Amino acid sequence: MANCKYEWPAAGDRRLIGKSISRIDGPAKSSGRAKYSLDINLPGMLFAKSVNCPYAHVRIKSIDTSAAEKMPGVKAVRVIMGVGKEVQWAGDQVAAVSAVSEEIAEDAARAVKVEYEQLPFLVNEADFDKDKTAGRTRQAAELKVGDPDKAFSDPDVVTHEGHYGIPVITHCCLEPHGHVTEWMGPQSLRTFSSTQGVSAMPAQFAEALNIPANNVQTICRYIGGGFGSKFQMDAWGLASAQMAKDAGKPVKYLLERAEELETAGCRPSGFARVKVGAKKDGTLVAWESDCWGTGGPTPSGVLPIPYVLDIPNRIRRHTFILANIGPARAWRAPNHPQAALLTMTPIDDLAAKLNMDPLQLLMKNADLASEGRGKVYREELQKVAEMSEWSKYWHPRGDKTPGHIKRGLGVSIHTWGGRGHAGNCLVTIQPDGSVTAELGSQDLGTGTRTVIAIVAAETLGLPVEAIRVKIGDSHYPFDGPSGGSTTVGGVSASTRRAAVDARDQLFAAVAPGLGVPADQLEAVDGKIQAKGDASKSLTWKQACRKLGVKTVQAHGKNPGQCMLGSSGVGGAMVADVSVDTETGLVKINRMAVAQDCGLIIDMKTAESQCYGAMIMGICYSLFEEKIMDNITGRMLNPNMEFYKLAGIGDIGELKVHMMTGPGYDERGVIGLGEPPVISPGAAISNAVANAIGVRVPTLPVTPEKVLAALAKGGMA
Amino acid sequence: MERFEYANPTSRKEAISLLAAEWGQTEVLAGGTDLVSCMKDFACTPKRVVSLKRISDLRGIRSSGKELRIGSMTTIRELLEDQHVKQGYPALIQSAEYIRSEQLRNMGTIGGELLQRPRCWYFRLGYGLLAQYNGKSLVPDGDNRYHAILGNSGPAYFVSPSMMAPILIAMGAQVRLEGPGGAREITVEKLYRTPAQPDEREHTLHPNEILTEIIVPRQEGARSAVYEVRQKEALDWPLTAAAVVLKMNGDTVSHARVVLGHVAPVPWPSPEAEQTLEGKTVSEDVAEAAGKAAVSKATPLSMNGYKVQLARVAVKRAIMQAAQGGA
Repeated sequence: MANCKYEWPAAGDRRLIGKSISRIDGPAKSSGRAKYSLDINLPGMLFAKSVNCPYAHVRIKSIDTSAAEKMPGVKAVRVIMGVGKEVQWAGDQVAAVSAVSEEIAEDAARAVKVEYEQLPFLVNEADFDKDKTAGRTRQAAELKVGDPDKAFSDPDVVTHEGHYGIPVITHCCLEPHGHVTEWMGPQSLRTFSSTQGVSAMPAQFAEALNIPANNVQTICRYIGGGFGSKFQMDAWGLASAQMAKDAGKPVKYLLERAEELETAGCRPSGFARVKVGAKKDGTLVAWESDCWGTGGPTPSGVLPIPYVLDIPNRIRRHTFILANIGPARAWRAPNHPQAALLTMTPIDDLAAKLNMDPLQLLMKNADLASEGRGKVYREELQKVAEMSEWSKYWHPRGDKTPGHIKRGLGVSIHTWGGRGHAGNCLVTIQPDGSVTAELGSQDLGTGTRTVIAIVAAETLGLPVEAIRVKIGDSHYPFDGPSGGSTTVGGVSASTRRAAVDARDQLFAAVAPGLGVPADQLEAVDGKIQAKGDASKSLTWKQACRKLGVKTVQAHGKNPGQCMLGSSGVGGAMVADVSVDTETGLVKINRMAVAQDCGLIIDMKTAESQCYGAMIMGICYSLFEEKIMDNITGRMLNPNMEFYKLAGIGDIGELKVHMMTGPGYDERGVIGLGEPPVISPGAAISNAVANAIGVRVPTLPVTPEKVLAALAKGGMA
Repeated sequence: MERFEYANPTSRKEAISLLAAEWGQTEVLAGGTDLVSCMKDFACTPKRVVSLKRISDLRGIRSSGKELRIGSMTTIRELLEDQHVKQGYPALIQSAEYIRSEQLRNMGTIGGELLQRPRCWYFRLGYGLLAQYNGKSLVPDGDNRYHAILGNSGPAYFVSPSMMAPILIAMGAQVRLEGPGGAREITVEKLYRTPAQPDEREHTLHPNEILTEIIVPRQEGARSAVYEVRQKEALDWPLTAAAVVLKMNGDTVSHARVVLGHVAPVPWPSPEAEQTLEGKTVSEDVAEAAGKAAVSKATPLSMNGYKVQLARVAVKRAIMQAAQGGA
């Protein structure tokens, strides 16, 4: 669309967009002044604690809350799961109590007496035969394309068969799930929620409490992690509001660490028997997979394998395992990390069988990627090969250098959508020159605030710090939830449209005085001036003063006029590891990613997303696992001691390259949260195989598994 | 946590008088980094907590020609920064450096480090030190990936959590314990035992005793090192650890102490490894043989066979480090 007034400035005209700009809320966060929902304390506020079920699968026979209710300081008690209800995972909230102190609330929760009827449970699903015997399997529809049997039977086709897997992990948000709720009137509620969807939260409370949604205000200024697990009000949210009503006091109900890990979300597992075939030149022709996994007691998503590469003849069968391990919740790039692992590791093994460089094999097959993304993948693979010094450090399977430290490189590619979500932005310019951008959005730590400020500042010709960004409150104009890498695409488009319209209103107000037609004005360097004639100009303040007592306000929406964003990205990642073959320990030397996401608004926060995603990826590749006990049905590591996350010494050197320029920028803004977290599992697993010459079939790649793989047939 | 009475005495005598004669009634608070989390998990439920923080003479490091005396309330940070320790006992520094948390270093004490409770997840989830469930231990048929491979005939399967006890034992250190009947000094090795009953503790301290001092003999001519196999560089528990002290006569080992950590319910001295070393010139092969000897009697559980290999390697590497000059 030519000359659409909202379109992004041309490359040469961008003062701020695409530059590396520090996040505007950095000082507030690093100094501790930023108030997270967990930090909210209101006068007279009560503290809520849960009664957690210690069993994996039970029916509730009775609940007696009378002792808790009588305890001094206890102001409200609510049953969350009543008599007859089935509890499907250990740790689930059966009831909650509110009291004047955390200590009393905890004592009261322990005074609630619950009788349970034990039911059979399954908490470890990796063994498919056991799952079947337990009657916990549910077949999903199979998907078949082409004729895989025929393709595999071609004598010129080399096939590889193997078993691979990735376990259930949790989100482990540093700020736990929960809310502080406060009744502002009989029908009017305010919530301080730790949520990824500020604008969507009031409707959830309103429906559950039978009050008008317009009477609910949700505030979330800062959030300590969500990763897809914080869209819902949740049982504890409702209980919080109910108890606040019962007691006539605000109630703070945020989960304990153990609850956070046991009950606030699981990333579904994926295990598969895979057969993959290619011609001797590496052209992929056939795929067959039998996959199973669990996301809890109900079916979760089917893993999209083969991933990225639409191998012409393919069949996949998926079986859901119903396990008592907690609720499945979206985990950053839902289903993709599992699919990447289950696809890119067998392909890597096939490349080894073909004596091919796996990076070359991916290059060769890149045109199997949908939406014509082959060229993007080739560019990204080329780039990431340079960044990781692939030609220098990659070698055929098994590092042959003497000694027990073996180095290896592994590669994977990934994809994501990331189209900007629907939303609204209100830009206000005051006669004194101050500017605000208001959106009912939220900054998950990704840089949303900063991106909004950059877009508004770029459009108005102002410095970033001249824009006051107001988000994190449902009283601001509706904005979509932050999930699926949709936020930056959404808020940058709505902010651009609002800021352009606000600027044009200001132009109209000052044009007569300047003697220049409004459409011949521009806003640059803190001035409003005639295009190409700096002698006819006003400073920003002088211009705004011309508004008199009027205020400029403009409302921008997404979607709207002009193509400001699109969808669909690639990405290529290389892991470089060293493995100690005597101890099985894996150390990350380096991770490198080449990532596209259309037009980049802030290079710094974009790169930060990639750094964070790679760290998160290292965590789930080497350490993370929801360890469940077969005898008691409980999670054994509901703490940050044995639910292991990487520290600074565990992450090695991280290298990021964002793909920009022609071919990328004109696609407009695309989200970035998910894509770089997808490939680490496959890239690291492949790097380990390259180092030690044998596949460690499942994540996390722990010392015990490395030693077991070496014992089975490695190079040690 | 359960409600408890908090006592904040200013003298050893007063502290001892506040302690009960049987376990479960009272607990001693040193740095609090372990006790408080134990209480939050209801794994410990004392009626009274006796803090040692105000007893100033429990803190500090004194060095004489023949020994080092470390007050039990000395923090890990103070130990790490002490010049005498740095110069005369570098393996102690090496051991303390494995505690990769600034908070633990600042708050945690050496006495608390030695007497912290096991990290066994069944214990921490409330099944007791012996992980009893329906009358039997959860460990043999449960998830025992981090449990004991030695001294694990039951009913105790947890591993001793102390990261500093192995090197202190290898150095021949003693602890001073003070109780109502006076003071006694025992070797650090004798501080630990494998409990046989649910009401027994994993150490020999009496319930109404406090650990006041750690006495480390001067390590004249000794070469020592600690090696931990740990999954993470950041704060983590070792999967296995080994501490080695070698006394040399020229190129040959005249006397060796080899103590394994995180492999048994107690720090695990290995006479088998020591005998392999004595009278030998240390080489890769000799160290390897000592590592093998150290795990020759290992009886791994269903999921922790890998720890046998890790223990073997830890011993070998600690010996090589020590032989090459030590920490």
